[in-house]
Amino acid sequence: MPVDVQNMQKIFARPDSLTDAKSTYCPGCHHGLLTRIIAQTIDELGIAERTVGIAPVGCAVFAYRWYRCDAIQAAHGRASAVATGVKRADPNLIVFSYQGDGDFASIGTAESIHAANRGENITVIFVNNQVYGMTGGEMAPTSLVGQKTTTTPQGRDPKLFGYPIRFSEMIAQLDAPVYVTRQALYDTKHIKEATKAIKRAFTNQVEKKGYSLVEVLAACPTNWKMKPIDANRHIAKVVEKTYQLGDLVNRG
Amino acid sequence: MGERLLLRGNEVIAEAAIRAGCQCYFAYPITPQAELLQHMAVNMPRLGRTFVQAESELAAINMVYGAASAGVRTMTSSSSPGISLKQEGISYLAGSSLPAVIVNIMRGGPGLGDIAPSQCDYFQATKGGGHGDYHMIVLAPSTVPEAGQLTMLAFELADRYRTPVMLLADGMLGQMMEPVELPKPIEISSLPKKEWATDGAKGRNPNIVLSFDLDPEVLKQMNLILQKRYRQIEAEEVRYEETATGDADIAIVAYGTVARIAKTVVKMARAEGIKLGLFRPITLWPFPGQALRKLSEKIAIVLTVEMSAGQMWEDVRLAIAEQAETPFYGEMGGVIPTPQRILSEVKKHAG
Repeated sequence: MPVDVQNMQKIFARPDSLTDAKSTYCPGCHHGLLTRIIAQTIDELGIAERTVGIAPVGCAVFAYRWYRCDAIQAAHGRASAVATGVKRADPNLIVFSYQGDGDFASIGTAESIHAANRGENITVIFVNNQVYGMTGGEMAPTSLVGQKTTTTPQGRDPKLFGYPIRFSEMIAQLDAPVYVTRQALYDTKHIKEATKAIKRAFTNQVEKKGYSLVEVLAACPTNWKMKPIDANRHIAKVVEKTYQLGDLVNRG
Repeated sequence: MGERLLLRGNEVIAEAAIRAGCQCYFAYPITPQAELLQHMAVNMPRLGRTFVQAESELAAINMVYGAASAGVRTMTSSSSPGISLKQEGISYLAGSSLPAVIVNIMRGGPGLGDIAPSQCDYFQATKGGGHGDYHMIVLAPSTVPEAGQLTMLAFELADRYRTPVMLLADGMLGQMMEPVELPKPIEISSLPKKEWATDGAKGRNPNIVLSFDLDPEVLKQMNLILQKRYRQIEAEEVRYEETATGDADIAIVAYGTVARIAKTVVKMARAEGIKLGLFRPITLWPFPGQALRKLSEKIAIVLTVEMSAGQMWEDVRLAIAEQAETPFYGEMGGVIPTPQRILSEVKKHAG
């Protein structure tokens, strides 16, 4: 059938807030998907001209390249403190930090918890893939019991290395945060839910409601040594057992 | 100029920062700079400005990093062990060309040390402190009023050169009270707009603040920009003061609290017929090496006096080389040298 170019309709496109910079993420990694969802959210809320993104150290260190908005590259773990500085300097800016599990839940523990406890009016995207991706697949604070990594070659032994830390549950104990949720991206249903959650986390900030945290269970096929499809299944079947999906705090 | 007040050094620095247009202050409690934090806690919110007691020194310096990125004048303050914790952030500020003011009210070290006055962080302040090839401008007041003036200058230089600037004082200057005429407040709205700031990409391309590039050639270029700036600072911002050096046979080199004591020693020595002068670096980086070298061409003995084991002494010897004798006298651990003790050192060398 000949294609009717005249009457073609554009139904899907790159969000305006997403640049065409070359991705540095591996095939099957969820970072790219998540980046797109955030850019789309910035478009939908019309906030690109007043948004400042804070990039972490780790696989997302280049996050400042992907968004068509102002951005700051922060020291390892300090993104929530940097976000605090920006937001306090100009409360009209929309400030989000994008942090991995090593960044947010290990080296940045103090900065992460206290930004949440102060109820900073910021949005934090916390990517939990249970591994240090950039440096070569070492154990993360979120690594599962028994998980083989390059620093736990026999599998994570809780007697030696502790248990996977449920950081969002820790944040949820605080009085200040208005929204704490855990989401996943392994199928369309979950992508839709995560998209809604991210929009809500940004909307809270626009409406000056306070601190919002979206934890996203993400796949790292490279360091998990799995095919992308298997990595998705692994999240649904295994990872979710340790990290339950859903809202932990919702004080809308 | 404004009213004359009797104030502590810490309070004067805080008040001068406010008058310099500091809009965001972040810090963590530590002695002997606590009054600075407390003054800011009372006065910043009153003016509708930001005061945050951070969870740590690391957090405080990274909040400074964020506020500086957003384009406002910002400051943190601490004392020696806390300044060690800030080194990561200071390196990032330097690497990202961000203006900020850091106050160090030095105390005895190493480790937890004590809370008495010291000058043992000279190396850390002037030679980099954190990782990477960088410097920051280091200003060393020797009186309480000068602490106020140099705080104002610190903000000005930070903005002019897009660099962190350290005000390096000690527990004596922080705690001591003196009559001060506070500097006139600047008009914040009159400050030039920072075109590079991440304050929302409205009607312009996005601005990015970073100290990072994986391509060594690009990072080399970023480093060369910093080095060019440092050479410019060395050429334009060296500050020092000479007292009674015109006819001197012997000179003391000292900064901060020790320089103030040395001024008394100059008078005592001259009363005894010893022609003693004083060379006081005000900028510790850039160090006034050329001026000191020039002075050493006419003075045979240049005695360095510090509250450290001889940290500035290295820069003095580097500047003077073999041109003059360069003896040293120092105290450590929070011990303050008395004028009598310094005079006896002078006499030892003056013959």
